Amino acid sequence: MNEVMRNSIFDNIETITTRWIERMKDHSDERFLDIMPAPVVATMSREFTELMTSNLSTKEQVDKDRLDEFTKKIIHFGWSIKFINRAIDAFSSVIYELFFENGILTDKNLREGVNIFASWINPLRESIIEEYSVKWERTDSLQKIALQELSASLIPVFEKISVMPLVGTIDTERAKLIMENLLEGVVKQRAEVVLLDITGVPVVDTMVAHHIIQAADAVRLVGSKCMLVGIRPEIAQTIVTLGINLTDFSTTSTLRRGMQKALQMTGRTIVEEE
Amino acid sequence: MEHRSSIDINTEWDIVAARQLGRNEAKSTGFGTVDQARITTAISELARTIYLYAGKGRIEIQSITVGQRVGLVIIASDEGPGIADLQKVMTDGYTTSGGLGAGMPGVKRLMDDFRIETEVGVGTTITATKWLH
Repeated sequence: MNEVMRNSIFDNIETITTRWIERMKDHSDERFLDIMPAPVVATMSREFTELMTSNLSTKEQVDKDRLDEFTKKIIHFGWSIKFINRAIDAFSSVIYELFFENGILTDKNLREGVNIFASWINPLRESIIEEYSVKWERTDSLQKIALQELSASLIPVFEKISVMPLVGTIDTERAKLIMENLLEGVVKQRAEVVLLDITGVPVVDTMVAHHIIQAADAVRLVGSKCMLVGIRPEIAQTIVTLGINLTDFSTTSTLRRGMQKALQMTGRTIVEEE
Repeated sequence: MEHRSSIDINTEWDIVAARQLGRNEAKSTGFGTVDQARITTAISELARTIYLYAGKGRIEIQSITVGQRVGLVIIASDEGPGIADLQKVMTDGYTTSGGLGAGMPGVKRLMDDFRIETEVGVGTTITATKWLH
Protein backbone atom coordinates (compact mmCIF):
# COMPACT_ATOMS: atom_id res chain seq x y z
CA MET A 1 0.00 0.00 0.00
CA ASN A 2 1.49 3.32 -1.00
CA GLU A 3 1.54 6.69 0.69
CA VAL A 4 -1.28 8.15 -1.41
CA MET A 5 -3.64 5.31 -0.58
CA ARG A 6 -2.78 5.39 3.07
CA ASN A 7 -3.36 9.10 3.34
CA SER A 8 -6.58 8.85 1.42
CA ILE A 9 -7.91 6.29 3.90
CA PHE A 10 -6.92 8.31 6.94
CA ASP A 11 -8.29 11.54 5.48
CA ASN A 12 -11.63 9.95 4.72
CA ILE A 13 -11.96 7.73 7.76
CA GLU A 14 -15.29 9.31 8.78
CA THR A 15 -16.84 8.80 5.35
CA ILE A 16 -15.59 5.23 5.24
CA THR A 17 -17.12 4.40 8.61
CA THR A 18 -20.46 5.96 7.71
CA ARG A 19 -20.62 4.17 4.38
CA TRP A 20 -19.61 0.94 5.96
CA ILE A 21 -22.41 1.18 8.55
CA GLU A 22 -24.89 1.97 5.74
CA ARG A 23 -23.77 -1.06 3.85
CA MET A 24 -24.01 -3.35 6.86
CA LYS A 25 -27.52 -2.08 7.53
CA ASP A 26 -28.56 -3.26 4.09
CA HIS A 27 -28.06 -6.84 5.24
CA SER A 28 -31.39 -6.97 6.98
CA ASP A 29 -30.93 -10.52 8.19
CA GLU A 30 -28.26 -9.44 10.64
CA ARG A 31 -29.24 -8.47 14.13
CA PHE A 32 -26.12 -6.46 14.88
CA LEU A 33 -27.54 -3.02 14.18
CA ASP A 34 -31.02 -3.73 15.47
CA ILE A 35 -30.17 -4.96 18.90
CA MET A 36 -27.17 -2.87 19.80
CA PRO A 37 -27.78 0.66 21.04
CA ALA A 38 -26.59 3.42 18.72
CA PRO A 39 -23.58 4.59 20.81
CA VAL A 40 -22.31 1.02 20.97
CA VAL A 41 -22.69 0.66 17.21
CA ALA A 42 -20.71 3.84 16.78
CA THR A 43 -17.89 2.70 19.06
CA MET A 44 -17.77 -0.75 17.55
CA SER A 45 -17.68 0.65 14.06
CA ARG A 46 -14.91 3.06 14.96
CA GLU A 47 -12.92 0.28 16.54
CA PHE A 48 -13.49 -1.93 13.55
CA THR A 49 -12.24 0.78 11.22
CA GLU A 50 -9.22 1.36 13.44
CA LEU A 51 -8.48 -2.31 13.49
CA MET A 52 -8.84 -2.61 9.74
CA THR A 53 -6.43 0.26 9.21
CA SER A 54 -4.05 -0.68 12.02
CA ASN A 55 -1.67 -2.50 9.75
CA LEU A 56 -1.43 0.46 7.40
CA SER A 57 0.63 2.70 9.64
CA THR A 58 2.61 0.04 11.46
CA LYS A 59 4.56 -1.84 8.82
CA GLU A 60 1.76 -4.08 7.53
CA GLN A 61 1.56 -5.83 10.88
CA VAL A 62 -1.73 -6.49 12.59
CA ASP A 63 -1.88 -4.89 16.02
CA LYS A 64 -2.12 -7.92 18.30
CA ASP A 65 -3.46 -6.16 21.40
CA ARG A 66 -6.11 -4.32 19.50
CA LEU A 67 -7.13 -7.49 17.71
CA ASP A 68 -7.40 -9.29 21.03
CA GLU A 69 -9.54 -6.56 22.54
CA PHE A 70 -11.78 -6.37 19.52
CA THR A 71 -12.37 -10.13 19.18
CA LYS A 72 -13.25 -10.31 22.85
CA LYS A 73 -15.90 -7.68 22.26
CA ILE A 74 -17.42 -9.20 19.16
CA ILE A 75 -17.73 -12.57 20.83
CA HIS A 76 -19.39 -10.86 23.75
CA PHE A 77 -21.87 -9.19 21.40
CA GLY A 78 -22.49 -12.44 19.58
CA TRP A 79 -21.29 -11.44 16.15
CA SER A 80 -21.09 -14.50 13.99
CA ILE A 81 -18.02 -15.33 11.98
CA LYS A 82 -20.12 -15.00 8.85
CA PHE A 83 -21.04 -11.50 9.89
CA ILE A 84 -17.42 -10.55 10.50
CA ASN A 85 -16.44 -11.88 7.13
CA ARG A 86 -19.18 -9.83 5.56
CA ALA A 87 -18.07 -6.78 7.50
CA ILE A 88 -14.55 -7.16 6.14
CA ASP A 89 -15.87 -7.55 2.60
CA ALA A 90 -18.05 -4.48 2.95
CA PHE A 91 -15.16 -2.52 4.36
CA SER A 92 -12.80 -3.36 1.56
CA SER A 93 -15.37 -2.59 -1.12
CA VAL A 94 -16.14 0.79 0.47
CA ILE A 95 -12.47 1.65 0.24
CA TYR A 96 -12.30 0.30 -3.27
CA GLU A 97 -15.05 2.65 -4.34
CA LEU A 98 -13.44 5.54 -2.53
CA PHE A 99 -10.20 4.98 -4.38
CA PHE A 100 -12.02 5.04 -7.67
CA GLU A 101 -13.82 8.24 -6.74
CA ASN A 102 -10.53 9.90 -5.80
CA GLY A 103 -8.83 8.68 -8.93
CA ILE A 104 -6.25 6.74 -6.95
CA LEU A 105 -7.41 3.59 -8.67
CA THR A 106 -8.15 3.71 -12.38
CA ASP A 107 -8.68 1.09 -15.03
CA LYS A 108 -4.98 1.34 -15.79
CA ASN A 109 -3.52 0.38 -12.43
CA LEU A 110 -6.37 -1.95 -11.46
CA ARG A 111 -4.23 -5.08 -11.50
CA GLU A 112 -1.68 -3.51 -9.21
CA GLY A 113 -4.47 -2.25 -6.98
CA VAL A 114 -5.96 -5.72 -6.62
CA ASN A 115 -2.63 -7.07 -5.43
CA ILE A 116 -2.19 -4.29 -2.92
CA PHE A 117 -5.67 -4.91 -1.58
CA ALA A 118 -5.10 -8.63 -1.28
CA SER A 119 -1.90 -8.21 0.70
CA TRP A 120 -3.66 -5.75 2.98
CA ILE A 121 -7.02 -7.45 3.59
CA ASN A 122 -6.08 -11.13 3.57
CA PRO A 123 -3.68 -11.15 6.53
CA LEU A 124 -6.20 -9.10 8.49
CA ARG A 125 -9.00 -11.48 7.71
CA GLU A 126 -6.84 -14.42 8.61
CA SER A 127 -5.81 -13.04 11.96
CA ILE A 128 -9.32 -11.97 12.89
CA ILE A 129 -10.77 -15.37 12.05
CA GLU A 130 -7.93 -17.19 13.76
CA GLU A 131 -8.25 -15.09 16.88
CA TYR A 132 -11.99 -15.63 16.83
CA SER A 133 -11.77 -19.40 16.55
CA VAL A 134 -9.09 -19.67 19.23
CA LYS A 135 -11.27 -17.69 21.61
CA TRP A 136 -14.25 -19.79 20.72
CA GLU A 137 -12.42 -23.05 21.25
CA ARG A 138 -11.26 -21.85 24.63
CA THR A 139 -14.81 -20.92 25.66
CA ASP A 140 -16.01 -24.29 24.42
CA SER A 141 -13.45 -26.30 26.38
CA LEU A 142 -14.01 -24.23 29.52
CA GLN A 143 -17.72 -24.89 29.31
CA LYS A 144 -17.10 -28.60 28.87
CA ILE A 145 -14.97 -28.60 32.01
CA ALA A 146 -17.57 -26.59 33.89
CA LEU A 147 -20.25 -29.05 32.80
CA GLN A 148 -18.15 -31.97 33.91
CA GLU A 149 -17.57 -30.40 37.29
CA LEU A 150 -21.26 -30.12 38.01
CA SER A 151 -21.95 -33.43 36.35
CA ALA A 152 -22.49 -35.91 39.11
CA SER A 153 -21.54 -35.62 42.72
CA LEU A 154 -22.75 -37.90 45.44
CA ILE A 155 -23.74 -35.97 48.55
CA PRO A 156 -23.81 -37.64 51.96
CA VAL A 157 -27.00 -36.22 53.49
CA PHE A 158 -27.44 -38.42 56.53
CA GLU A 159 -25.45 -41.28 57.86
CA LYS A 160 -26.07 -44.22 55.50
CA ILE A 161 -28.01 -42.06 53.05
CA SER A 162 -26.52 -40.27 50.04
CA VAL A 163 -28.11 -38.31 47.23
CA MET A 164 -26.98 -37.83 43.65
CA PRO A 165 -28.86 -35.00 41.96
CA LEU A 166 -28.78 -35.28 38.18
CA VAL A 167 -29.28 -32.09 36.24
CA GLY A 168 -29.36 -31.76 32.48
CA THR A 169 -28.88 -34.05 29.56
CA ILE A 170 -27.32 -37.45 30.11
CA ASP A 171 -25.10 -38.58 27.28
CA THR A 172 -22.85 -41.62 27.12
CA GLU A 173 -19.90 -39.78 28.60
CA ARG A 174 -21.87 -38.41 31.52
CA ALA A 175 -23.51 -41.77 32.13
CA LYS A 176 -20.06 -43.24 32.60
CA LEU A 177 -19.13 -40.48 35.01
CA ILE A 178 -22.35 -40.98 36.98
CA MET A 179 -21.66 -44.68 37.33
CA GLU A 180 -18.07 -44.12 38.49
CA ASN A 181 -18.90 -41.41 41.00
CA LEU A 182 -21.87 -43.34 42.28
CA LEU A 183 -19.99 -46.54 43.01
CA GLU A 184 -16.94 -44.80 44.37
CA GLY A 185 -19.07 -42.56 46.58
CA VAL A 186 -21.29 -45.35 47.88
CA VAL A 187 -18.29 -47.30 49.10
CA LYS A 188 -16.48 -44.27 50.50
CA GLN A 189 -19.50 -42.76 52.24
CA ARG A 190 -20.72 -46.16 53.44
CA ALA A 191 -24.15 -45.37 52.09
CA GLU A 192 -26.84 -47.99 52.52
CA VAL A 193 -29.39 -46.14 50.45
CA VAL A 194 -28.63 -43.94 47.46
CA LEU A 195 -31.20 -41.59 46.02
CA LEU A 196 -30.84 -40.79 42.32
CA ASP A 197 -32.71 -37.55 41.77
CA ILE A 198 -33.79 -37.01 38.15
CA THR A 199 -35.87 -33.87 38.74
CA GLY A 200 -33.47 -31.91 36.52
CA VAL A 201 -33.25 -34.41 33.69
CA PRO A 202 -35.36 -33.07 30.82
CA VAL A 203 -35.82 -36.29 28.83
CA VAL A 204 -35.80 -39.88 30.02
CA ASP A 205 -35.54 -42.05 26.95
CA THR A 206 -34.56 -45.70 26.75
CA MET A 207 -30.86 -44.91 26.86
CA VAL A 208 -31.11 -42.81 30.01
CA ALA A 209 -33.35 -45.43 31.58
CA HIS A 210 -30.88 -48.11 30.61
CA HIS A 211 -28.04 -46.24 32.29
CA ILE A 212 -30.11 -45.73 35.43
CA ILE A 213 -30.99 -49.41 35.58
CA GLN A 214 -27.36 -50.37 35.15
CA ALA A 215 -26.27 -47.94 37.84
CA ALA A 216 -28.88 -49.32 40.22
CA ASP A 217 -27.76 -52.86 39.50
CA ALA A 218 -24.16 -51.93 40.18
CA VAL A 219 -25.11 -50.23 43.44
CA ARG A 220 -26.87 -53.39 44.46
CA LEU A 221 -23.72 -55.37 43.75
CA VAL A 222 -21.72 -53.30 46.21
CA GLY A 223 -24.34 -53.99 48.83
CA SER A 224 -26.49 -50.85 48.85
CA LYS A 225 -29.94 -49.93 47.63
CA CYS A 226 -30.71 -47.45 44.90
CA MET A 227 -33.86 -45.37 44.78
CA LEU A 228 -35.03 -43.29 41.83
CA VAL A 229 -36.63 -40.04 42.92
CA GLY A 230 -37.91 -36.89 41.26
CA ILE A 231 -40.00 -38.58 38.58
CA ARG A 232 -42.25 -35.92 37.14
CA PRO A 233 -45.76 -36.99 36.03
CA GLU A 234 -45.06 -36.57 32.32
CA ILE A 235 -41.82 -38.55 32.66
CA ALA A 236 -43.70 -41.31 34.47
CA GLN A 237 -46.20 -41.52 31.60
CA THR A 238 -43.47 -41.58 28.99
CA ILE A 239 -41.58 -44.34 30.81
CA VAL A 240 -44.73 -46.44 30.98
CA THR A 241 -45.52 -45.89 27.30
CA LEU A 242 -42.00 -46.75 26.29
CA GLY A 243 -42.45 -50.01 28.16
CA ILE A 244 -39.45 -49.60 30.44
CA ASN A 245 -39.46 -51.87 33.45
CA LEU A 246 -38.38 -50.04 36.58
CA THR A 247 -40.02 -52.40 39.06
CA ASP A 248 -36.72 -53.73 40.35
CA PHE A 249 -36.06 -50.70 42.50
CA SER A 250 -38.24 -48.30 44.40
CA THR A 251 -39.20 -44.97 42.92
CA THR A 252 -40.88 -41.85 44.27
CA SER A 253 -42.15 -38.60 42.82
CA THR A 254 -40.12 -36.23 44.97
CA LEU A 255 -36.82 -36.19 46.78
CA ARG A 256 -38.64 -35.46 50.05
CA ARG A 257 -40.68 -38.65 49.89
CA GLY A 258 -37.63 -40.58 48.86
CA MET A 259 -35.76 -39.28 51.86
CA GLN A 260 -38.56 -40.31 54.23
CA LYS A 261 -38.54 -43.76 52.71
CA ALA A 262 -34.77 -43.99 52.92
CA LEU A 263 -34.88 -43.06 56.61
CA GLN A 264 -37.49 -45.75 57.16
CA MET A 265 -35.32 -48.29 55.39
CA THR A 266 -32.43 -47.47 57.68
CA GLY A 267 -34.67 -47.61 60.74
CA ARG A 268 -35.11 -43.90 61.45
CA THR A 269 -37.80 -41.23 61.22
CA ILE A 270 -37.94 -37.47 61.45
CA VAL A 271 -39.82 -36.36 64.54
CA GLU A 272 -41.18 -32.88 65.04
CA GLU A 273 -40.23 -31.18 68.27
CA GLU A 274 -43.10 -30.65 70.68
CA MET B 1 -50.02 -23.29 8.11
CA GLU B 2 -47.11 -25.60 7.48
CA HIS B 3 -43.87 -25.16 9.21
CA ARG B 4 -40.79 -27.24 8.68
CA SER B 5 -37.37 -27.39 10.27
CA SER B 6 -34.65 -29.98 10.40
CA ILE B 7 -31.48 -30.99 12.20
CA ASP B 8 -28.65 -33.08 10.80
CA ILE B 9 -27.59 -35.87 13.11
CA ASN B 10 -23.84 -36.42 13.14
CA THR B 11 -22.83 -36.41 16.80
CA GLU B 12 -24.43 -37.32 20.08
CA TRP B 13 -25.04 -33.64 20.81
CA ASP B 14 -27.17 -33.31 17.70
CA ILE B 15 -29.65 -35.60 19.43
CA VAL B 16 -30.01 -32.95 22.13
CA ALA B 17 -30.41 -30.26 19.47
CA ALA B 18 -33.08 -32.30 17.68
CA ARG B 19 -35.20 -32.86 20.72
CA GLN B 20 -34.81 -29.25 21.82
CA LEU B 21 -36.19 -28.25 18.45
CA GLY B 22 -38.95 -30.83 18.85
CA ARG B 23 -39.90 -29.53 22.26
CA ASN B 24 -40.13 -25.96 20.96
CA GLU B 25 -42.20 -27.04 17.96
CA ALA B 26 -44.48 -29.13 20.13
CA LYS B 27 -44.96 -26.23 22.53
CA SER B 28 -45.77 -23.76 19.77
CA THR B 29 -48.16 -26.23 18.13
CA GLY B 30 -50.07 -26.28 21.39
CA PHE B 31 -49.26 -29.66 22.91
CA GLY B 32 -49.46 -30.08 26.70
CA THR B 33 -46.54 -31.09 28.88
CA VAL B 34 -47.24 -34.81 28.69
CA ASP B 35 -47.41 -34.83 24.90
CA GLN B 36 -44.38 -32.56 24.76
CA ALA B 37 -42.48 -35.15 26.78
CA ARG B 38 -43.77 -37.92 24.49
CA ILE B 39 -42.73 -36.10 21.34
CA THR B 40 -39.35 -35.12 22.74
CA THR B 41 -38.69 -38.67 23.87
CA ALA B 42 -39.74 -40.08 20.51
CA ILE B 43 -37.36 -37.69 18.74
CA SER B 44 -34.64 -38.67 21.15
CA GLU B 45 -35.15 -42.35 20.34
CA LEU B 46 -35.28 -41.79 16.59
CA ALA B 47 -32.22 -39.55 16.58
CA ARG B 48 -30.30 -42.02 18.68
CA THR B 49 -31.24 -44.85 16.35
CA ILE B 50 -29.80 -42.84 13.47
CA TYR B 51 -26.66 -42.04 15.46
CA LEU B 52 -26.13 -45.63 16.60
CA TYR B 53 -26.93 -47.57 13.44
CA ALA B 54 -26.57 -45.25 10.46
CA GLY B 55 -23.93 -42.88 11.82
CA LYS B 56 -25.58 -39.87 10.26
CA GLY B 57 -28.96 -38.78 9.07
CA ARG B 58 -31.57 -36.14 9.55
CA ILE B 59 -34.55 -35.33 11.73
CA GLU B 60 -37.28 -33.17 10.25
CA ILE B 61 -40.06 -31.72 12.29
CA GLN B 62 -43.13 -30.37 10.61
CA SER B 63 -46.40 -29.07 11.93
CA ILE B 64 -49.33 -30.00 9.72
CA THR B 65 -53.01 -29.30 9.38
CA VAL B 66 -55.33 -31.86 7.84
CA GLY B 67 -58.90 -30.62 7.79
CA GLN B 68 -59.70 -29.80 11.40
CA ARG B 69 -56.80 -31.73 12.81
CA VAL B 70 -53.47 -30.22 13.77
CA GLY B 71 -50.46 -32.38 14.31
CA LEU B 72 -46.72 -32.67 14.40
CA VAL B 73 -44.80 -34.96 12.04
CA ILE B 74 -41.33 -36.26 12.77
CA ILE B 75 -39.41 -37.61 9.82
CA ALA B 76 -36.21 -39.48 10.62
CA SER B 77 -34.23 -40.41 7.56
CA ASP B 78 -30.83 -41.91 6.95
CA GLU B 79 -28.85 -43.65 4.26
CA GLY B 80 -27.64 -46.32 6.64
CA PRO B 81 -27.68 -50.10 6.45
CA GLY B 82 -31.48 -50.38 6.50
CA ILE B 83 -33.47 -52.82 8.61
CA ALA B 84 -33.41 -56.46 7.54
CA ASP B 85 -36.06 -57.80 9.89
CA LEU B 86 -38.71 -55.21 10.67
CA GLN B 87 -40.73 -57.54 12.82
CA LYS B 88 -37.81 -58.15 15.15
CA VAL B 89 -37.03 -54.45 15.45
CA MET B 90 -40.59 -53.75 16.48
CA THR B 91 -40.50 -56.44 19.16
CA ASP B 92 -40.04 -55.27 22.74
CA GLY B 93 -36.72 -56.30 24.16
CA TYR B 94 -34.93 -56.95 20.88
CA THR B 95 -31.63 -55.09 20.72
CA THR B 96 -28.33 -55.34 18.90
CA SER B 97 -26.65 -52.50 20.76
CA GLY B 98 -26.92 -53.84 24.30
CA GLY B 99 -29.71 -51.41 25.13
CA LEU B 100 -33.19 -52.08 26.46
CA GLY B 101 -34.72 -52.83 23.08
CA ALA B 102 -37.64 -50.55 23.77
CA GLY B 103 -36.77 -47.74 21.36
CA MET B 104 -38.66 -48.45 18.16
CA PRO B 105 -41.74 -50.13 19.65
CA GLY B 106 -41.69 -47.37 22.26
CA VAL B 107 -41.78 -44.64 19.62
CA LYS B 108 -44.71 -46.36 17.96
CA ARG B 109 -46.61 -46.27 21.25
CA LEU B 110 -45.59 -42.71 22.04
CA MET B 111 -46.88 -41.39 18.72
CA ASP B 112 -50.26 -41.77 16.99
CA ASP B 113 -49.17 -42.75 13.47
CA PHE B 114 -45.99 -44.61 12.72
CA ARG B 115 -44.58 -45.74 9.40
CA ILE B 116 -41.23 -47.28 8.43
CA GLU B 117 -39.85 -47.44 4.92
CA THR B 118 -36.60 -49.33 4.77
CA GLU B 119 -34.41 -51.11 2.28
CA VAL B 120 -31.29 -53.03 3.16
CA GLY B 121 -28.22 -51.16 1.97
CA VAL B 122 -30.20 -48.09 0.96
CA GLY B 123 -31.52 -46.53 4.13
CA THR B 124 -34.47 -46.00 6.38
CA THR B 125 -37.14 -43.35 6.67
CA ILE B 126 -39.43 -43.29 9.67
CA THR B 127 -42.45 -41.01 9.72
CA ALA B 128 -44.24 -40.56 13.02
CA THR B 129 -47.16 -38.24 13.71
CA LYS B 130 -48.76 -36.95 16.88
CA TRP B 131 -52.19 -35.35 16.64
CA LEU B 132 -53.36 -32.54 18.84
CA HIS B 133 -56.64 -33.73 20.36
